[in-house]
Amino acid sequence: MIETIKRISGVNPRKCMKCGKCTASCPAYDEMEYHPHQFVDMVETGRIDELMHSKGIYLCLSCFACVERCPRSVEPAKLIEAVRLAVIRQQGGDHMTADQIPGKLDDALPQQAITSAFRKYRK
Amino acid sequence: MQRVGVFVCWCGSNIAATVDVEKVAQTLKQEPGVVFSTHYQYMCSQAGQEMIADTIREYGLTGVVICSCSPRMHEATFRKTCQRAGLNPYMVEIANIREQCSWIHKDREAATEKAVILGRAAIAKVHLNAPLTAGTSSVKKRALVIGGGIAGIQTALDIADAGFPVDIVEKKPTIGGKMTQIDKTFPTLDCAACILTPKMVDAAQNENIRIFAYSEVQAVKGFVGNFRVTIKKKARFVDETKCTGCGLCTEKCPQKKVPNEFNLGLDNRRAIYIPFAQAVPKVATIDADYCSMLKTGKCGVCSKVCTAGAIDYKQQDTFLEEEYGAIVVATGFNPIKLDKFDEFAYSQSKDVVTSLEFERLMNAAGPTGGTLLRPSDGTHPKTIVFVQCVGSRCDDSKGKPYCSKICCMYTAKHAMLCREKYPDTDVYVFYIDVRTPGKNFDEFYRRAVEEYGVHYIKGMVGKVVPENGKLKVQASDLLGGRQLHIDADMVVLAAAIEPDESARPLATMLTASMDTNDFFTEAHPKLRPVESPTAGIFLSGACQGPKDIPETVAQASAAAAKVIGLLCKDQLVCNPCVAQPDELMCNGCSSCEKVCPYGAITYINKEFRGPNRTTLLRRVAQVNGAVCQGCGACTVACPSGAMDLKGFSNKQIMAEVDAICR
Amino acid sequence: MPVNEEFKPTIVAFCCNWCSYAGADLSGTNRLQYPANVKIIRIPCSCRLNPMFILRAFQRGADGVILCGCHPGDCHYTTGNYYARRRMTLLFSMLDYLGIERERTRVEWVSAAEGAKFAATMNEFAGTVTKLGPNRRLEDLRCRKE
Repeated sequence: MIETIKRISGVNPRKCMKCGKCTASCPAYDEMEYHPHQFVDMVETGRIDELMHSKGIYLCLSCFACVERCPRSVEPAKLIEAVRLAVIRQQGGDHMTADQIPGKLDDALPQQAITSAFRKYRK
Repeated sequence: MQRVGVFVCWCGSNIAATVDVEKVAQTLKQEPGVVFSTHYQYMCSQAGQEMIADTIREYGLTGVVICSCSPRMHEATFRKTCQRAGLNPYMVEIANIREQCSWIHKDREAATEKAVILGRAAIAKVHLNAPLTAGTSSVKKRALVIGGGIAGIQTALDIADAGFPVDIVEKKPTIGGKMTQIDKTFPTLDCAACILTPKMVDAAQNENIRIFAYSEVQAVKGFVGNFRVTIKKKARFVDETKCTGCGLCTEKCPQKKVPNEFNLGLDNRRAIYIPFAQAVPKVATIDADYCSMLKTGKCGVCSKVCTAGAIDYKQQDTFLEEEYGAIVVATGFNPIKLDKFDEFAYSQSKDVVTSLEFERLMNAAGPTGGTLLRPSDGTHPKTIVFVQCVGSRCDDSKGKPYCSKICCMYTAKHAMLCREKYPDTDVYVFYIDVRTPGKNFDEFYRRAVEEYGVHYIKGMVGKVVPENGKLKVQASDLLGGRQLHIDADMVVLAAAIEPDESARPLATMLTASMDTNDFFTEAHPKLRPVESPTAGIFLSGACQGPKDIPETVAQASAAAAKVIGLLCKDQLVCNPCVAQPDELMCNGCSSCEKVCPYGAITYINKEFRGPNRTTLLRRVAQVNGAVCQGCGACTVACPSGAMDLKGFSNKQIMAEVDAICR
Repeated sequence: MPVNEEFKPTIVAFCCNWCSYAGADLSGTNRLQYPANVKIIRIPCSCRLNPMFILRAFQRGADGVILCGCHPGDCHYTTGNYYARRRMTLLFSMLDYLGIERERTRVEWVSAAEGAKFAATMNEFAGTVTKLGPNRRLEDLRCRKE
């Protein structure tokens, strides 16, 4: 499973030097139970199941601040994307179609979150 | 036919465990010309060397093949042995059966077979060896130090102390370098200027030292012992011999809006300036980019006030050519530009400063007179956030891949000084790792935490947003498992350091190699740390890698010791493996002259005997054996095959090829 | 041509004295294995390699020839490896013309610190040449042993 995540994301978690800049940059920090530097560590140490069952991976905005700021180009957001994809694949397919999305929107939702949702659920 | 002796070394079990040394010795005995073949436990030992020497005398050997470790290891040893026994040292060939055979193979049979083949190749080569005599070249007893920072000053002082003349070339108007801009030094907290300026004065007063300030190295020719260097003295528009350094001109100059580079642009200076009070040489310089007299021809105030009559608006750059025996590179470092790290808002707020700027803000001679004030509004900062590793330890695409080494310590120093001077400030240091190897370094960092109450937080700052005169810092506290939001008054960035931008073109001039980060490479990372692989070029200070002041001074003195060792010699032994043209085959085409990187090849017109008592004047190549380094580029370029390389001749290499492929 | 499993190619490696030969020594010091049929010839600089030597090696029955030099920009003699690179490019087109497989000749930059790279390169190169089988096209049968 670790290999699958690494392959989908193209990320090498061993490049991480645990500086925490990703977590420092994360705008969704308070909502998530695991934080970007923990994602990387969990993939590296093989705690993928925990990550797949976490609500936190859907709270990631995919703003890519962590990817942008990481000094060692580890790209934590891509790992999250890969984990989400792995969850979807495991469930055997896409659970949401495009016409279901408008029903879930409310006015307070930021534009970026909608774009991000398309990116997440398109696959 | 040579009379060849073969000596196979066991190297204890290093070779003998994988290679059947007895079989190798026996098989090689069958080779043509081999009159003696043996094996022994340690050829390089005293007894082994004696055996070789005795055999040379007893059997009248004209060639020696030693099957042992790499020639890079003991070739010189065995050459000396043969020389002692009366054999020309260049009649020795080494077959590398340790590093390139026994150590890399496990199969005994295959390794033995390979050892035999390598031995055969060496025998085939030694048959074509010719006795070579190394020439000598003279040594110009003067050294050049490029860069006048603490590294260059220390090297120059040490060389001058030994009685050799030294020149320092410094591109800035004064020597002193980065250390002049530093306020205090870790871990003792003594004032940088107090320990540096006496050394600058020593250098200026030492009769063996000449200082070319505001000068640059323009061109370097020659080789170890005989470098010819062109130095460009940039026009100061002030006569150095007349200027007394009174500073009146710098007070009267009407052009007041010139960013002061000594204070890193935190305040302004005049168009005519002396960088700081203790500058050496203490001479004014006119900044041609800002002086209205030089730009428009209108002003001339400085020339009116100068009682010494030192101002000379017509001064031109001058060039002088000097000869040196050795060159020391001490070009130092600079903090990187921070435009790639805009998340820290360096370009958006004046209150985000680099550590070097912070040094100036703390310095009594700095823009604020030593009181720590925010550059934006001149108020006392109450909360200061230090960010470490800005641009260090990054992926290549984002910054520098190396650790800048000095940041942990100077940040601890800054944090400590802040808390000491202004106990009401809150000081946060965000670190990835605190790296404090060095005498009294870790104790210093612990004191910052324990005695001065600096908040060290394991984590990194993600972004800094200027808002209503404050700096909103968002950071992670990894050990506390939380995200921090701090309203800071100042943010100090520990920017990575990089080699000075003048280093790369200089390396090309000196043919000294550099690593991918533009630091100069040393001849050996452990055993020859202050020499460049290019003979006669030495390295001092941060041009070789990030260093703090104690290390820089240590390396500077080490480089000086190496230079003194070189300059003490009257003659240098040259490499005898140099190119040699066959004049009868040379067609005078100049191909070799064009490819020679050292300019060792010249052409002369020489008379040759023609048929019927006539003489022919032909253009033929000549190699200067003292200049030629023996790369062999010319041998391949020569279309008529006239050029050959002694010690690695065409025939020798082909004999090796034949022996291997046989 | 069927690949003969017993086939052990003869490979000549020309290594420059300053980088690659030291790199080869380092792979020895680190005990990194590579096939015994790789034999190294020391030359002062990669620019000392006359393309004639490579043709000679093929003529005498070598199955592969590799030239190792300092990385571009790192040459001890400043520019030697650039000359080598140009010459080898020309030689490659000539070998193409002669019908020698491109994979039999190679240029690699190996620094004195790259012992692991040296061993890996040699392993890979020996594998490639073994797959190609013996070099028959340029071999001079008169020079053959037996």
